[in-house]
Amino acid sequence: MSADLLKILFGRFTLDALPLHEPILVGTFVGVAIGGIALLGALTYFKVWGYLWHEWFTSVDHKRIGVMYMVLGLVMLLRGFSDALMMRAQQSMAFGANQGFLPAHHYDQVFTAHGVIMIFFVAMPFVTGLMNFVVPLQIGARDVSFPFLNNFSFWMTAMGAAIVMMSLFVGEFARTGWLAMAPLSGLDYSPDVGVDYYIWALQVAGIGTLLSGINLVCTIVKMRAPGMAFMKMPVFTWTALCTNILIVAAFPVLTAVLALLALDRYAGTHFFTNTGGGNYMMYTNMIWIWGHPEVYILILPAFGVFSEVTSTFCDKRLFGYTSMVYATLVITILSYLVWLHHFFTMGSGASVNSFFGITTMIISIPTGAKIFNWLFTMYHGKIRFELPMMWTVAFMLTFTIGGMTGVMLAIPPADFVLHNSLFLVAHFHNVIIGGVLFGMFAGINYWWPKAFGFKLDDFWGKVSFWFWVSGFWVAFTPLYILGLMGVTRRLRHFDDPSLQIWFLIAAFGALLVAVGIGAFLMQIYVSIRDRDTDRLRDDSGDPWGGRTLEWATSSPPPAYNFAFTPVIHDLDAYSDMKSRGYRRPVEGFRAILMPRNTPTGLYLAALSFTGAVGMIWYVWWLAGASLFGIFAVAIHHTFNYNREYHIPAEEVVATERRRTTLLAAGA
Amino acid sequence: MSNAPTMTDAGEPVFYLADEHDHEAGGSTMLGFWIYLMSDCLIFAMLFACYGVFGGSYAGGPRGSDIFELPTVAINTSMLLISSVTYGFAMLAMDEDRKQATLVWLAITGLFGMAFVGFELSEFAHLFAIGATPQRSAFLSSFFALVSTHGLHVSIGILWLVTLMVQVGRFGLTTANKRRLMCLSLFWHFLDVIWIGVFTFVYLLGILR
Repeated sequence: MSADLLKILFGRFTLDALPLHEPILVGTFVGVAIGGIALLGALTYFKVWGYLWHEWFTSVDHKRIGVMYMVLGLVMLLRGFSDALMMRAQQSMAFGANQGFLPAHHYDQVFTAHGVIMIFFVAMPFVTGLMNFVVPLQIGARDVSFPFLNNFSFWMTAMGAAIVMMSLFVGEFARTGWLAMAPLSGLDYSPDVGVDYYIWALQVAGIGTLLSGINLVCTIVKMRAPGMAFMKMPVFTWTALCTNILIVAAFPVLTAVLALLALDRYAGTHFFTNTGGGNYMMYTNMIWIWGHPEVYILILPAFGVFSEVTSTFCDKRLFGYTSMVYATLVITILSYLVWLHHFFTMGSGASVNSFFGITTMIISIPTGAKIFNWLFTMYHGKIRFELPMMWTVAFMLTFTIGGMTGVMLAIPPADFVLHNSLFLVAHFHNVIIGGVLFGMFAGINYWWPKAFGFKLDDFWGKVSFWFWVSGFWVAFTPLYILGLMGVTRRLRHFDDPSLQIWFLIAAFGALLVAVGIGAFLMQIYVSIRDRDTDRLRDDSGDPWGGRTLEWATSSPPPAYNFAFTPVIHDLDAYSDMKSRGYRRPVEGFRAILMPRNTPTGLYLAALSFTGAVGMIWYVWWLAGASLFGIFAVAIHHTFNYNREYHIPAEEVVATERRRTTLLAAGA
Repeated sequence: MSNAPTMTDAGEPVFYLADEHDHEAGGSTMLGFWIYLMSDCLIFAMLFACYGVFGGSYAGGPRGSDIFELPTVAINTSMLLISSVTYGFAMLAMDEDRKQATLVWLAITGLFGMAFVGFELSEFAHLFAIGATPQRSAFLSSFFALVSTHGLHVSIGILWLVTLMVQVGRFGLTTANKRRLMCLSLFWHFLDVIWIGVFTFVYLLGILR
């Protein structure tokens, strides 16, 4: 074939793009390929494809979609964490004559991929998954406002993750750091496919996130059960509302700035270039206008989890519910007024820096109020130190320290010294691991019995807990110290051998965390294995003495969540029901109208994936055909007016009767 | 939230709705679409901000006053504004359940929309011909990004409008179709509002600058 034809067919893709010369990648690829083939083979052998397709992939049930988000987050956590291990290993050995095992070209991709994956494809799916699963149950709804969009959003996020994973074996990922700052990410300095992988992965996933944000805002505003005024909403739902408002108000900015970067790279425009009148600080500003709200998008739902867990496991109403709600709202607003603290060194002058420094410090006030509310809830409470509560206490200790180093960084003169140092790296890991990730573990341990009808194993959960918490501190305390000494981030090699001991300690901490992750996987395995034992099984639907509505229904909840829509009188609705002699209805069931499953969301997301691949590799026919396909499928979907069906009354009766039997057996 | 009774006649609290009707889908659609529009508005806000920053970065290339032709833009603007009025007539016809009249007004709206896009494309062709391309300077990059993002929205709006005309023609003015027409109506008027911003900040101020 002629070179021209090859270029038309494959764009700039050639066989050289396969990293056959990199033994680490070839090894990984062989491992992934063998594992993948084994998984596909097992799925085929056990004939579960049909089940997966009909019950999960095409499902519009918010609970199933929530679980799929969690699985995605967990899988990507393993990828992101192996990047972390590689960085820790490299930095602990690359001193003096030793160059370590990662060439610069590869190392730069590793730290970029680590950041991108951990934020967009671990933390975001975990947070979105929890909100998806819990919020409709907590407000007494049968599904979200737009069930089809919900499925579509999930698949867009998953396809974004797939694009990042593809870059591991085909071509390469960006070497720019997780925010792809210009002009480094421009065509002049990053002419290869790495930044294009970055752009399109985030654009595809970003659309999913934005739509899921709109969806959950509408769900919370429009679908609350009768009687649930805003000030009777559970705190987790409140934080979910604020987070999704932030998503809707922040993610379009990311879409815009990445689109402009793409224009610079594809069309030769001059937004963020050094030449032609461009200004790369415009990129820095715009990406942080999205980026700072993003960190609150992640942390607010975690705050919600801790609020639910604290009041449940202290067997008390949450202390200061009203102040908790207002603190959340204040954080939501303030999160838009602080973005410039990420680049005080831009040189915008004392007045501007003071403004952003002060707004940043003010955020610690509502956050501190929250910490005190949790502490006062625990005060005189009957605290049960189950796993969710343990994670919550670990969070309070860890996050407070992370918050204080954040206030240190908010002081512009101090920031001029600490900017871009390992101190900063330690700070944001301190709040994201100690806040978001601990929150997700608390949430997973807390709501797992609701999702599956059995609790998670305690022993392996505690192993995971102690290794995670101790591993975190062993890994990141040295980075604080190194940062104070002036060591900058993203370095691949060091000259001063006196620093090595700190990197060795940090690497040991990362190994402890690795044990924590392993124990977590073990916890899931053991729990599934022993799910029918008395130790783990829960037929009551309310294993913790829960206070909010989700504990009123069965575990796992039926497709329709509640046979009858609940009526709410008080905050902590289920506590109120239990204390005032609520009796579960056992007759008078009716047919329930529910949305139908559809594969359209998956098709649209798959076409977005192929379109992104076409754009990344300059395969214009593929990109064009995919875009055309997206329009065709979307328009075709709008011709389907028959999107709902009735769950027949007999089926509801049968489902509810099974639960009646189980409850009677348990009582 | 409905006004459900919270107590029985005997004074017992009511904890669930025993007598409930189906909730049709689409109850949140208008709110959801409105929120979507606001998020879209933020994308335009970013593009306006870029134009605000880069509007004077000519890099030795042409300035706004060198390349903008206000008479053409004025005609163009009137096309879009008239299309909003005709969309309003389509909605009035829809309210009276007059299917044919709705379709006619929608068709007229679509034609005005296409005229708008056509004028815009010819303006772009002219600019390219005189060398005022997006690659020339940051000013032109931000100009083309803002104006063509708006034009792309109008084009997608026209595609949507044609789809809806087929659906109204085939299935009539059903509840679902009326809801869709309402959404497109919001979208169409929203694009009008954005264009007024473009006309003022890009063209009028660009001439003066």
